[in-house]
Amino acid sequence: MKFGIVVFPGSNCDEDCYHVAKDLLGCEAELIWHHDRDLKGSDAVILPGGFAYGDYLRAGALARFSPVMESVAAFAKKGGPVLGICNGFQVLLEAGLLPGAMQINRGLRYVCRDVHMKVENDATPFTSLYPKGSVVKMPIGHMEGNYTAPPETLAELQRAGRVVFRYCDPEGRVVDSANPNGSADAIAGICNREGNVVGLMPHPDRCSESLLGNDAGIRMFESAVAALAAAR
Amino acid sequence: MITEELIKEHNLSDEEYARILEILGREPNLVELGIFSAMWSEHCSYKSSRVHLKKFPTTGPRVLQGPGENAGVVDIGGGLAVAFKMESHNHPSFIEPYQGAATGVGGILRDVFTMGARPMASLNSLRFGRLDAPRMKHLVDGVVRGIAGYGNCIGIPTLGGETTFHKGYDGNILVNVFNLGLVPSDRIFLGRAEGAGNPVVYVGSKTGRDGIHGATMASEEFAADEANQKRPTVQVGDPFTEKLLMEACMELFRTDAITGIQDMGAAGLTSSSFEMAGRAGSGVELDLSKVPVRETGMTPYEIMLSESQERMLLVAHRERLDEVLAIFHKWELDAVEIGRVTDSGRVVLFFEGKIVADLPAAPLSDRAPCYDRPRAALAPPAGPFLWQSEPEPSDYGGCLKRLLASPNVAEKSWIWTQYDHMVQSNTVQRPGGDAAVMRVKGTTKGIAMKSDVNPFFCMFDPYRGGAIAVAEAARSIAATGARPLAITDCLNFGNPEKPEVMAQFEAAVRGIADACRALSVPVVSGNVSLYNETDGRAIPPTPTVGMVGLMEDVGKHVRVAFRKAGDLVAVLGTTRDELGASEFLRTIRGRDEGPCPEVDLDAEKRLVDLLATLSERGMVASAHDVSDGGLAVALAECSMQSGLGASIALDAAVRKSAQLFGESTGRAVISFAPEHEAAVRALATEKGVPFSAAGWVGGDTLRIEARGMQLLDEPVAALTTLWRTAFAHALESADVL
Repeated sequence: MKFGIVVFPGSNCDEDCYHVAKDLLGCEAELIWHHDRDLKGSDAVILPGGFAYGDYLRAGALARFSPVMESVAAFAKKGGPVLGICNGFQVLLEAGLLPGAMQINRGLRYVCRDVHMKVENDATPFTSLYPKGSVVKMPIGHMEGNYTAPPETLAELQRAGRVVFRYCDPEGRVVDSANPNGSADAIAGICNREGNVVGLMPHPDRCSESLLGNDAGIRMFESAVAALAAAR
Repeated sequence: MITEELIKEHNLSDEEYARILEILGREPNLVELGIFSAMWSEHCSYKSSRVHLKKFPTTGPRVLQGPGENAGVVDIGGGLAVAFKMESHNHPSFIEPYQGAATGVGGILRDVFTMGARPMASLNSLRFGRLDAPRMKHLVDGVVRGIAGYGNCIGIPTLGGETTFHKGYDGNILVNVFNLGLVPSDRIFLGRAEGAGNPVVYVGSKTGRDGIHGATMASEEFAADEANQKRPTVQVGDPFTEKLLMEACMELFRTDAITGIQDMGAAGLTSSSFEMAGRAGSGVELDLSKVPVRETGMTPYEIMLSESQERMLLVAHRERLDEVLAIFHKWELDAVEIGRVTDSGRVVLFFEGKIVADLPAAPLSDRAPCYDRPRAALAPPAGPFLWQSEPEPSDYGGCLKRLLASPNVAEKSWIWTQYDHMVQSNTVQRPGGDAAVMRVKGTTKGIAMKSDVNPFFCMFDPYRGGAIAVAEAARSIAATGARPLAITDCLNFGNPEKPEVMAQFEAAVRGIADACRALSVPVVSGNVSLYNETDGRAIPPTPTVGMVGLMEDVGKHVRVAFRKAGDLVAVLGTTRDELGASEFLRTIRGRDEGPCPEVDLDAEKRLVDLLATLSERGMVASAHDVSDGGLAVALAECSMQSGLGASIALDAAVRKSAQLFGESTGRAVISFAPEHEAAVRALATEKGVPFSAAGWVGGDTLRIEARGMQLLDEPVAALTTLWRTAFAHALESADVL
């Protein structure tokens, strides 16, 4: 099992994802420079958090043009599991691998804190180890996490069960006060039609060890390992 | 032709100009005058402070690099070391808060990664005026956004800091930024231009006309409304370019291709070239026509004095130049050979084929002016004080609530949720603890960091205030379970040409030095910011201390929050009949009144040792340093962070307001499981620390009685809501930020 972690100029969480995959799970892991078109035999690809190209234009708007993204798109099309975390989610949206777009948080400020999410879809390769309907605590850290999409897209996401995580309160109630950024339908994470491409704003890579106060995130990586083992 | 007017414009005194003539044996040209002006500015030369800074202890068994380099370096064992420094960006942040604060962060990061260290954690220490003072909300908002904008983008977590508000900062805010990086202890890089013939390489952003004379600006006081006119001297930050520069440098440091490297901070190319040559006793020749520039028509004068950000100067081994250039080109950065190292002892600058400056390297720093400026006699206020004869408040619970809602005590999550404090996935203690704690991947070690000073104490007694800053930082570090290693400092004062300001400075430095000796923590780096005055009014003396501590087993770190109902609570240390300079006096009584509390450095040392030992032996469930707002606020914080109430009985023989809200130094609140009581008590006795059993954790209210009389009984949930929301309410009650 090998995780490929894409490094754009300005990626900041590449090493964090690498640490989880390699040091905590004992999987193979490799950092893939954005100029590379070769995914180096990765079984799963992660687009990590950060500020690719400084996010000066619009989060992810430039990174989608990196050569590596052609390979990521081809990998996804063949059903390969792709996870975009935070900035990686923004890049997936800009690249059209997931629908919708991000606006600046409704509070107009960067927000770094824990949030709670309800697991809405446990059938993706990154969420199979979370019971559907359970509440997961993870930290966020972003300025542009206010998910938006045309009404028909939102309806389609809902209808097809493509909303993977929704912001909720600690008891699992999807209430506006628990929505940290104003996302439409309290969306924290979604997947593509096939379910193999997942993007979310919260950071599983920052909560994968009890020493850091929370290890809820490691289940996302473990899910991928389990999914690939099952596929073999 | 150098006229008297030009000399004055360059902020040089007649004496200083005479010294230039003597060093050169001729009249300088304009470029040379500009270089002297920048190098001899207060900001670069420390001319008013050097004579006093010599009092600091700067050595110790773990010190690998003391003051004088870009950052200090301290060994943490296992082949690893930490490089850290604190620096001010006060003047620029008052002029343009976003960019001023942002470039402050950028500058301190470069100071750290220049040493070969990967930056791991930032702190900041912010001082603002009253929230209703002109521009103040704009300044708070801009500074926080600036720190966030730069630090978040480059991916270095901001783990904590402190923010206080007082009218003394209405006209001069303070922005002190700290960064710590991790470096293999045998791969530390220094700012030295070694090896005649080796190429001098410019890397990073292009040079523009921004920030020219920034160092000189930072060495002057403001007159009213002048802040606007000085905006062009503030630089503009580009964190994305710095991220590329940092990653390129990290890649470079894994090779052995360079002999030295230095960032271009204050006074840009001038200070980096002269300091690198000066430290190595070498010389350099630079061709300024080769410097990458952002706009056409830039003169040698502008190129030498620009403070454009995100630039470094390095010296490569001649035969490995191509390798160095290739690394920077991979990261799409400019990297140009602009000159070479010589053994002439001179810095010679060429532009379009002509020599435009030819100066000796060493004298620019060695023979920089050094003043032992006159000092007034300092007399800490003598009593009697008004508070000593005042009646006790009728509603202690109400006082506690007003304190928890005051901007200085209220939780500052409005600030720190805007900072990414988790990137790099090392954050063990997030903002809100006594000190920030990060783990060191690949080891069991933890690093604790804390910035500290109580300027209100310093206002009444700068000597004690300086000493208490060190003691309080050490106490906070020890409360998390770490042992203090070393400090950096950032000394913010008014105009040193005023004898009363110079007296404050000297006393504070002496206080810090004495406390560092008592606690065995050397000073390994630092920064001085003077001329923090507007319209002749100086800021309160603010000698900020940034302390770093080490714990061998980070899994044993201790938090502020009570952990379990049924645990016992004890107060360590001695509560005296002190209310002077307290938050209680300012908030409840509306008065700035002394005296500064007493400090007993030997007792502080014993307390630090006890706190660290308790956590190393796993005997405590929680620990919290007692500071702003006194014991009542400290106990409330233990409750509010856990949601657990407590029942407390205090027994010091002092007035009740001092019992609850006095800020006597050398104290901490701990909680522990009942079965550890005998052992904790015995250890306290062994270490010589007064131990007072105070009560137990439990229930949903915080109840405190003193000597048999109930003083307050407040629901924890209500206190928590108040404390968590008060700061945002205070800020957002304004129409526009």
